[in-house]
Amino acid sequence: MSLKDRVADILGKDLVALNEFRGDLCIEVPKGRIVQVLAKLKEEGGFDFLSDLFGVDNLDLYAKAAKKKKKSQEESEDTGETKGKESVQPRFEVIYLLLSLSTNERLQVMVRVPEDDLELPTVTGLWKAANWPEREVFDMFGIRFKGHPNLRRLLMWDEFQDHPLRKDYPLEGKGEERHLNYDIA
Amino acid sequence: MKFQAIQGEGWLLTKAEQLINWGRSRSPWPFPYGTACCGIELMCALASGYDMARFGAERVAFTPRQCDVLIEAGTITKKMVPVLKRIYAQMAEPKWVIAVGACACSGGVFRTYSTQQGIGSVIPVDIYIPGCPPRPEGILYALLKLIDKIEADHPLYKQRPKLIEALEAYK
Repeated sequence: MSLKDRVADILGKDLVALNEFRGDLCIEVPKGRIVQVLAKLKEEGGFDFLSDLFGVDNLDLYAKAAKKKKKSQEESEDTGETKGKESVQPRFEVIYLLLSLSTNERLQVMVRVPEDDLELPTVTGLWKAANWPEREVFDMFGIRFKGHPNLRRLLMWDEFQDHPLRKDYPLEGKGEERHLNYDIA
Repeated sequence: MKFQAIQGEGWLLTKAEQLINWGRSRSPWPFPYGTACCGIELMCALASGYDMARFGAERVAFTPRQCDVLIEAGTITKKMVPVLKRIYAQMAEPKWVIAVGACACSGGVFRTYSTQQGIGSVIPVDIYIPGCPPRPEGILYALLKLIDKIEADHPLYKQRPKLIEALEAYK
């Protein structure tokens, strides 16, 4: 039984999309079920190791795609064809890279996070290794992880206001500076 | 430094400034502030192959209280700027700063939100070394340039009125 079939078997209805590219399996799961899905993959699928966890901001990607689609729709309207309702993809993605140490198989689990609901449940209960990556995702994208034991910024300093890996944050920053006031004893 | 021997052996005549500069220029103890790959080149310059101790950088001081030259080798992130400022403030006068490499000079390739665009805007820098990273020869050359700078200094210039006053009292 291939990994693809096994994953489909374990997840059942929770599998939104499945994509295989050059032997790498990437699955999409619904946002509300992420902890249950990962727990199932850990217990039944044997994916006992969390390699990494990171976020993606697709701001420009979907804007461009929507523009292109609109253009092609306008062209197709001339021929009388009408297409279905345009689906708007959520802006952010969070991707979990799983590894099975016993079978040496890898799996990417993707969950889409819309801009108006930037909250995900934490998976630190499943893997302690998720602690720092979740802090990094919070720092860089502003996605909050509910139930995280210590959700502070990991890379930028605490007083920093923005989330710098978002596509609408300028590369050279907004002129933030760090100041420290030392206690003079 | 110019000496003049007078009245046979045991006596040398020189200027106080030159004596001070002689002492300072021959013992520029470095503080190795290596934050990136330039730090590796700095280690190489300090180790036996290039042996920076030949030029008086004899003892690498890992405390800012006991050093003269802050050798800032590597990228300084904005998060680290207060630390650098504090290290510099802890150093005792007289103190000098060498900025090693493109990152310390100007931010280098990291023209981003997180990188300080050159440490010159944070602390006063005496010598800038270009390169990414510069070779150990570059670091040695910068040290020699710094020694030239120290020797051309007038350490007692600001104290001159006080000294004249003190000498007047002996008349």
